[in-house]
Amino acid sequence: MSHTPAELKYASSHEWARLEGDGTVTVGISDHAQSALGDVVFVELPELGATLAAGDEAGVVESVKAASDIYTPVGGEVVAINEALEDAPETVNTDPYSDGWFFRLKVEDESDLGNLLSAEDYDAHCAEES
Amino acid sequence: MLTVPLDALHRELGARMVPFAGYEMPVQYSDGIIAEHQHTREAAGLFDVSHMGQVKISGPGATAALEALLPVDLVGLPVNGQVYALLTNDAGGVQDDLIVTRWDDDVFFLVVNAACKQDDIAYLRDKLTGLEIEVMEAQALLALQGPQARAVIADLLPAAAGLTFMSGCHTDIDGEAVYVTCSGYTGEDGFEVSLPAALADSFARRLLADERVKPIGLGARDSLRLEAGLCLYGHELSDVTTPVEAALMWSISRARRRDGERPGGFVGAEAIFARQDDGGQLRRVGLKVEGKRPVREGQAVIGPNGESIGVVTSACMGVTLGAPIAMAMIDVAFREPGTELSVDVRGKPLPVTVTRMPFVPQRYYRG
Repeated sequence: MSHTPAELKYASSHEWARLEGDGTVTVGISDHAQSALGDVVFVELPELGATLAAGDEAGVVESVKAASDIYTPVGGEVVAINEALEDAPETVNTDPYSDGWFFRLKVEDESDLGNLLSAEDYDAHCAEES
Repeated sequence: MLTVPLDALHRELGARMVPFAGYEMPVQYSDGIIAEHQHTREAAGLFDVSHMGQVKISGPGATAALEALLPVDLVGLPVNGQVYALLTNDAGGVQDDLIVTRWDDDVFFLVVNAACKQDDIAYLRDKLTGLEIEVMEAQALLALQGPQARAVIADLLPAAAGLTFMSGCHTDIDGEAVYVTCSGYTGEDGFEVSLPAALADSFARRLLADERVKPIGLGARDSLRLEAGLCLYGHELSDVTTPVEAALMWSISRARRRDGERPGGFVGAEAIFARQDDGGQLRRVGLKVEGKRPVREGQAVIGPNGESIGVVTSACMGVTLGAPIAMAMIDVAFREPGTELSVDVRGKPLPVTVTRMPFVPQRYYRG
């Protein structure tokens, strides 16, 4: 069974978002997503400093079997990317909610987070998809 | 959707089941494709390939009749010897690739691709009137592959422990007749066991009880065969690809080549010999990808002047090699190993180098 932390918000496209204490938002992909993708071998991250709108393509995650686009669940400026994924993309599989994070945004509008799913709703969404 | 005799065992082992050639098959188990690939290269992997077609062809004249279809030397094939053969069409293209084993003077055992088996069977019945063609529906097929496969087989099927690459033997499991060959699709030493479906579950469990053995899904089967430089029908091979483009002229037995003892006389021989003369426009090559980002099947291969010169036919993470790899069908002018090309990965050119195959050394046991 995949794990869906209650304190995060989720996009139906399987990214999670976490509002940090400094007002930035960290983004990654859910446990359900990493499990469905299988072994991750490469992650393409957005450019530092890029400005993205909610729903924009923000990178690609490549598993042994397939490539999947990553969409940013909220809009803002990319202020950090997880460079460790370059050498250790498998972290996305082992720690999707911690060391396997993708990028961090300085959000323009925190209300974007309100449009995302709760853990419970996200689990229901995954159950519907499968 | 059809199921294989090991369906319940796959689910019990945590397999992710996917549709493949009309069957529900395990693409991976809980360890994942990379771990399964590594385990096969380091110990022994158990593959369920019961979806493949098993066909027995027998009757007076079977040797000559099969030689009239296939570009291989069956006259010279000893009993229990095996040969890899292309099922060619009139235009010299490939309808399927298969393994032929001689069971007796005029008795042959064929293993064909799952996706092609209905067409193959219809074709064989059409071409081989007068011979008995038995589709062995009640047989399962299990493969055990890897450097420790031989030691495991020695414990369970001692009669097969001395087999060399591309040979087989009849033996039994608990008194039930089975056929074991030393062959496979991973580049490793290994075995394939054709056995009654009713025995498959208990024999698989016996294999898995050995700590050297783990179950391996279709995902790792694909990455293992690609590292070993082996073709997959529908990817590198098609009915418009001749053995010249597929770089499989080696599979045409010496005796059946133009300068052989029994030259030609198989389906598509004239077309293949003519293509051999003109060299063809395309060639199957191996590509090693620079960096870690994988290329994907269907992506365009780009030449030095930015022109499209071919297409990726298979691609994966070369787990053992430690780099992404691919096979591609490209303009023959760029076939030389060391040639630097690129692949168009979603609009970005990714550098690749034409590389001799296999990508990792084959470790077949030849005695």
